[in-house]
Amino acid sequence: AGRGRRRASGLTGVVVRPHSSRSAHLAPWVPVVGLEIHAQISSNSKLFSGSQVQFAAPPNSLVSFFDASLPGTLPVLNRRCVEAAVMTGLALNCSINKKSLFDRKHYFYADLPAGYQITQQRVPIAVNGSLSYSLCIDNKMSQMVTKTVRIKQIQLEQDSGKSLHDDTRSQTLVDLNRAGVGLMEVVMEPDMCCGEEAAAAVRELQLILQTLGSSQAVMAEGQLRVDANVSVHHPGEPYGVRTEVKNINSMRFLAKAIDYEIQRQIEELENGGTILNETRAFDSKLGCTVPMRDKEGQQDYRFMPEPNLPPLILYDAKSLPANMNHQQVINIDWIHERLPDLPSVKRKKLVEQYGILPEHSFTLLNEDGLAEFFESVVKQTQMKPKKVIGWILKDLLSYLKQHSLTVKESPVSSFLLADLLNLLEKKEISSTAAKQVLAELWKGEGKTPLEIVKEQKLELLQDQKELEQICQAVIDGHENEVMAIKAGNPKVLNKLIGLVQKKTQGRSNPVLVKQLLEKKLSG
Amino acid sequence: MVPRGVAARWRRAATAPGKGQGSLGGREEAAAGRESHAACLSPAGQPLGILDGIPIAVKDNFNTAGIETTCASNMLKGYISPYNATVVQKLLDQGAVLLGKTNLDEFAMGSGSTDGVFGPVRNPWSYSKQYKEKSVPKSHSEDKESNWVITGGSSGGSAAAVSSFTCFAALGSDTGGSTRNPAAHCGVVGLKPTYGLISRHGLIPLVNSMDVPGILTRCVDDAAVLLGSLAGHDPKDSTTIQDDFKPFELPNLTDVSKLSIGIPKEYHAPGLSSEILALWSKAADLFRKAGAKVVEVSLPHTRYSIVCYHVLCTAEVASNMARFDGLEYGHRSDMKDSTESMYAATRREGFNDVVRGRILSGNYFLLKQNYEKYFVKAQKVRRLIANDFVKVFRSGVDILLTPTTLSDAAPYTEFIQEDNRTRSAQDDILTQAANMAGLPAINVPTALSERGLPVGLQFIGRSFQEKQLLTVAKWFEKQVQFPMIQLEEVKKHDSDVFHHQKSASLS
Repeated sequence: AGRGRRRASGLTGVVVRPHSSRSAHLAPWVPVVGLEIHAQISSNSKLFSGSQVQFAAPPNSLVSFFDASLPGTLPVLNRRCVEAAVMTGLALNCSINKKSLFDRKHYFYADLPAGYQITQQRVPIAVNGSLSYSLCIDNKMSQMVTKTVRIKQIQLEQDSGKSLHDDTRSQTLVDLNRAGVGLMEVVMEPDMCCGEEAAAAVRELQLILQTLGSSQAVMAEGQLRVDANVSVHHPGEPYGVRTEVKNINSMRFLAKAIDYEIQRQIEELENGGTILNETRAFDSKLGCTVPMRDKEGQQDYRFMPEPNLPPLILYDAKSLPANMNHQQVINIDWIHERLPDLPSVKRKKLVEQYGILPEHSFTLLNEDGLAEFFESVVKQTQMKPKKVIGWILKDLLSYLKQHSLTVKESPVSSFLLADLLNLLEKKEISSTAAKQVLAELWKGEGKTPLEIVKEQKLELLQDQKELEQICQAVIDGHENEVMAIKAGNPKVLNKLIGLVQKKTQGRSNPVLVKQLLEKKLSG
Repeated sequence: MVPRGVAARWRRAATAPGKGQGSLGGREEAAAGRESHAACLSPAGQPLGILDGIPIAVKDNFNTAGIETTCASNMLKGYISPYNATVVQKLLDQGAVLLGKTNLDEFAMGSGSTDGVFGPVRNPWSYSKQYKEKSVPKSHSEDKESNWVITGGSSGGSAAAVSSFTCFAALGSDTGGSTRNPAAHCGVVGLKPTYGLISRHGLIPLVNSMDVPGILTRCVDDAAVLLGSLAGHDPKDSTTIQDDFKPFELPNLTDVSKLSIGIPKEYHAPGLSSEILALWSKAADLFRKAGAKVVEVSLPHTRYSIVCYHVLCTAEVASNMARFDGLEYGHRSDMKDSTESMYAATRREGFNDVVRGRILSGNYFLLKQNYEKYFVKAQKVRRLIANDFVKVFRSGVDILLTPTTLSDAAPYTEFIQEDNRTRSAQDDILTQAANMAGLPAINVPTALSERGLPVGLQFIGRSFQEKQLLTVAKWFEKQVQFPMIQLEEVKKHDSDVFHHQKSASLS
């Protein structure tokens, strides 16, 4: 039993100890999580046909003869989909196969009209990559660790249609709009050990795909679908029997489903049970995984080379044939040179350029368009970026979240916010007043910050004499406090400052007020 | 030639009691409609193209928009395709008149054109003077009617239609010999072009990696004209050549002394009739005497070809037939217990035994535990077979000369004694290696057998060297002067017309 006493080293993550003393093993259980992610390629047309790709179009309105598998139709590979896969492969540090192959994977299902899916089983387009992602420890934003998961491969394949089961009338309705849409299947090695890690890795992948534009990767629209392979074992022993968890349709459920499945397997094993190699579905209402009905028992997909598609040949600068039409070839180097900054690079740049905290850079990139908004505000104001970030994260972001708005939908443009911050920076208004102006700006009535300041008389009192008079009035009206200060309790000064602020309705500069009060009291 | 009036002659020929049954019943009317349409499109000498007004038949496994496309199967009975196969569209664009869809073995799986849901195709030569004079009924109890011979297959309907003068040319398909085999039995030219030269878009597949649209005509020049209209890149078929194809006219070869003709010794196959063997050596002598170099060559892996073909063919069949589930189109069973039971019943009712048998074998070969042992091995053997050809052509041989079939056409009653699998294995033996290697090959009608039936020889050329292949075939065609079919019940007037037409070919 001594063997089992070893604990997994810190970074391999969560170590779950047995609950039950009945267990023969006293060693902790180590969960192992691998992911298969299907990302719909953002493209005008499908992978092998000219039909349009569009979410929520009327049923069966985007179906070509090929998509419906009419006899005699042939696949024609969509160049855009190949480029998207190459971009994604490069962004995930994969080696791109200059020659990849297409295969048929056979199974009968109502929404698979040809009776097979064209995929890349033998030689996929990209292999052997890696993805770095960060997550915070104990939910503290300030304690982030960076981890890496290996990418086994990326393969191009067709999406299936959708089946709708009408149980009352016992019929199945089929919508082929999705049939044949291009997918990238990203296979992540089992390098993760809990739901949180898996969710962080998928989130980072999602950001990368969105940055590249290779997929819109919206989980709610099915553009990013995650299947998790989960097993548990004791350190030093072979991997346990794994289950595949499907039907995970949000990032939140991803972590939940995996953690539930890990716990279920541990409890099952602790109680002397065994784990079946099965497919389980996550039931988001019940918060648990349940076995899926396995229709054909052990599936044999009878893979076969797709004879209607020649090998997919890609070139680099070296192998590019001299007199080849550039429209007809795909040059990996050309795509590489044009890759946009990836999220990790963007974050690093934000931290270096603006001196903001690393965790702030994560928040900036987590919202689509927020980093750009931030940079735009910084460009238009004299305020230091370190101060701007507070307004972006505390004020703008929380407002948007509260009202479920995207950055693009923000009623306050970066220009208006910069305008406001400039007033603050030039000491024309106080920060209290700035918040009031912002509250007014959210209404989106088309007023400029300056107009609001004027309307509501929020500008700082520039008239020194008036301010002095107000200070004097406060001193005169609060003898007790004045006594206390003079007796050596400077904290009470803050109360007086507050009172002046109140009298001026926030229009006084607290620093100036402090100076005035101190001067008067020391006199 | 003058296209106008051709169709009228065709109608007389088709209604003459030739009993070719080349066309599937009922399809002629649609074609006749097309013909008058084509005539309208080309008033006052404004031809649409080189095929203006030329009646052409199309094997019923090519999609034709608005006209039933059945593959001679219950599965697709009544199926109206919404689009034209690229080859059909090209024919129409050139002004050709689509006469009708021709009969075949179900989904082109067969070598007799006897296994389709519309019944067997009869060889027009069964009703020729030449055959009737020489064939003697085996016994008196057998009536003469039962003596009719098969066309070969699976493009038997197309071969019969061309052979019986129903049309000038026909499209077939060729996966293991399906164009050349019936061409040989029906005494017509049958060209299987290089894989990738003609688009397969719209051809309902048998084996995608071997299928090619085939061309059936009465002379080699006509085949060249058709090839010129059909060949070239098609954006809808990724396996077609990238380059454009330049149509060519065939020169009249006068000097064959620079040619090297290869005689592959492995084509002395078991079951090769002595008659055909003799004809083959006579043909070789013909070249030799004309000054050509005739050499014996070896294609050592030929003997593995048929079994290898069987594995690859059935595997692709199993895959290609998976789409016929009764959901999107075609036959759907009334079985409503579950989707799975509906699939099963649909496929049981829709496919004949031959198709179902091949699906079963194919799925067996594709099972995970068998894949390496059968499919991958067969692919390797296929590569060896293709390499055999490469080596021979690299050694300086220009064209290979072989028999097309083991014997002349068998009487139907005799043919159906063996099952489809055995027959296909025997009948494809001389033709399917060219499909494995993707090479162009052509059947040239050569002589009549002792029974008065056509016998053809096959020329196999280098990849994409159709011009050389057809040029040699044309020279050979001229030397052998294959006799005209004499349909005994056709009136004298019509046979005069036919004789006239024989010399006035398409070009």
